[in-house]
Amino acid sequence: MTSAAPSLDFDRVTVDDVSRHFGRRRAVSRVSFAAARGAIIGLLGPNGAGKSTLLTMLATLLRPSSGTIRYGTLQAVNAPPALRARIGVLGHDLFLYPELTARENLKFFAALYGLRDADSAARAALERAGLADRGNDLVAGFSRGMRQRVALERALIHEPRLVLLDEPFTGLDEASTSALITRLRSLRDSGAAIVLATHDLDLAEGLLDEAVFLREGRMVQLLSRPEGLRSAYRNAMTRPSQS
Amino acid sequence: MMRVAWLILRKDLTVEVRSREIAYTTLFFAVSCVLVFAFALVREGRGPEDGAAGILWIAVMFAGNLALGRTFERERQSETLRALLLAPASRPAVYVGKLLGILVLLFGTELLLVPLVALLFQARLLAHPFWLIAIMTTGTVGFAAVGTLFAAMLVRARSRDVLLPVLLYPITVPVIIAGVRGTATLLQPELETGIIRFWFALLVTFDVVFVTLALWTFEAVMTD
Amino acid sequence: MPKWFTPVAVMCGAMLAASPLVIASADYESTMGLVQKIFYYHMPSAWMFLIAAMVCGVASIRFLATGDPRHDRTALAAGELLVVFGLITLVTGPLWARKAWGTFWIWDARTTSSLVSWMIGCAYLILRRYGGPGSEKLAAALALFGMANVPFIYISVNYWRTIHPATTVVPKLPFTMGFPLWFCVTTFALLFVVLLKLRVRVEEQQAQVDALYLSLDER
Repeated sequence: MTSAAPSLDFDRVTVDDVSRHFGRRRAVSRVSFAAARGAIIGLLGPNGAGKSTLLTMLATLLRPSSGTIRYGTLQAVNAPPALRARIGVLGHDLFLYPELTARENLKFFAALYGLRDADSAARAALERAGLADRGNDLVAGFSRGMRQRVALERALIHEPRLVLLDEPFTGLDEASTSALITRLRSLRDSGAAIVLATHDLDLAEGLLDEAVFLREGRMVQLLSRPEGLRSAYRNAMTRPSQS
Repeated sequence: MMRVAWLILRKDLTVEVRSREIAYTTLFFAVSCVLVFAFALVREGRGPEDGAAGILWIAVMFAGNLALGRTFERERQSETLRALLLAPASRPAVYVGKLLGILVLLFGTELLLVPLVALLFQARLLAHPFWLIAIMTTGTVGFAAVGTLFAAMLVRARSRDVLLPVLLYPITVPVIIAGVRGTATLLQPELETGIIRFWFALLVTFDVVFVTLALWTFEAVMTD
Repeated sequence: MPKWFTPVAVMCGAMLAASPLVIASADYESTMGLVQKIFYYHMPSAWMFLIAAMVCGVASIRFLATGDPRHDRTALAAGELLVVFGLITLVTGPLWARKAWGTFWIWDARTTSSLVSWMIGCAYLILRRYGGPGSEKLAAALALFGMANVPFIYISVNYWRTIHPATTVVPKLPFTMGFPLWFCVTTFALLFVVLLKLRVRVEEQQAQVDALYLSLDER
């Protein structure tokens, strides 16, 4: 359904020695990692560690002050607007219009991303969100969990190669959380690269293929196949800063 | 590009029709504006000479300022402006979409204001409808073109509410002058087509130049 | 600071100090007398106001096109000088006009256009000061729009005024007072360059301090 040029397809997204500062404040400092297809990368750290800034840079909305971000072989700075068609973002603020119905929101974004049949895409997305019967209700009336589900489907409606999620578990109840985890797992299995920022270690346990620990903008540790996230996190965060 | 702009316009209109918040508040504010001027300036039942043109345009600009602020504040609340920027749509298309939405709102306001001002100030605004439409359209487009760009730019800035008029009004001085003088010419007993043509040409040139400039700079200004 | 700075600054200071003497020695203008001598500060200020506006506009365009912070620093410095020299012009002008023609202000094309351009300059500074982080690009766009606006402002005000009969006539300025005028113009030009360089230098040093802060954390 999407019409992106083949050259914009990528197997991995590489973050190479990326830093970003705002005036005197250093938000991200010399972070390097790679997000491959079929993997879930977790950005873990306390508030203000730079997770959101990193995600914004990965979404191409912010340029690094130094370092490069590469999508396959394509550098972010050279990327045409069509690259954004391969990226899906679920932000903290959900990006939904409360005055529109769930169906209208999905249809709008489907059409915006150039999907040929926005109608059926929206219908399928509603199905996947389990909200087919609430499709014609205004989003303003939805609970946080329901909005999250619509927002997630909105972010995925154009079948992006790279999925970025900023604190997606915030405010979700038990059922919604496990539904989200299931969805993320199936996404990973279907070949998407997922980068997930969270400070909820219990939920991230068992979900992540790789964990990037961030503190004050710096990457303090990179773990593959992390187990016992809590203790690993504690170790990483109390470790003295490396030179 | 126009497809995206049209999508955004339709979305904005749908949202607006649902809540009607911006439409009602803008219209009401515009009418209040005119009334305040009426109380301030009308003496013994007669308004000041040529006052109608000025009052009309001031009301449009104040109301426009309010509408611009509210429209982008709404986008800011759900971060949906970000969502629009994340889409593969070209940035200028987003700009055009928002601009068209503002224009629809302002034209609607003017439809209400023109007869109201004509009535309250006994001004024969509707004597030359073709020229009136020409002047109001080009003037509003000029104001909205600059206003949409500035309002979008200011979404992430501090003090955005007060900064918008601070930035917008000095830049749109030619629009005020041309709009008011052009409309005032229409109120004269005899229409001097030379004068009205001049103001119209000025407004058209302003629109072309500044819409082009806005399209060029929108991308640069919205990326960090 | 580059090598040329100190000699130029010294010369500028000397010329500025000498300028009242130079002006005093100029011929008396027949109709307006002593007051006319304000002109020797008024006109160079006006020219520097215009030059500052152009420098700010061009630097802003370059900043928007390349993102190089050097252009942004130049634009900021030029913007401040625009407001300063504009203020001098807008104050000395009416002072002169009051004595010469009886009114402080006439709404003719030049004076009104200058006032509006000056206000755009003030808006530029307000935006940079109160807009918060990330307002450099916004300000650059404002400067660009302001620069593009100048012909429109001038034409619209001009036409607006000519429809109504002018209440006063602006006399043609006699350029027979050659030397004092060029002396003052040169002085002000040097002053402009010195102030611009100083201001840009302050911003550069600020940026260096910021970079030091950042690298301190990098260790």
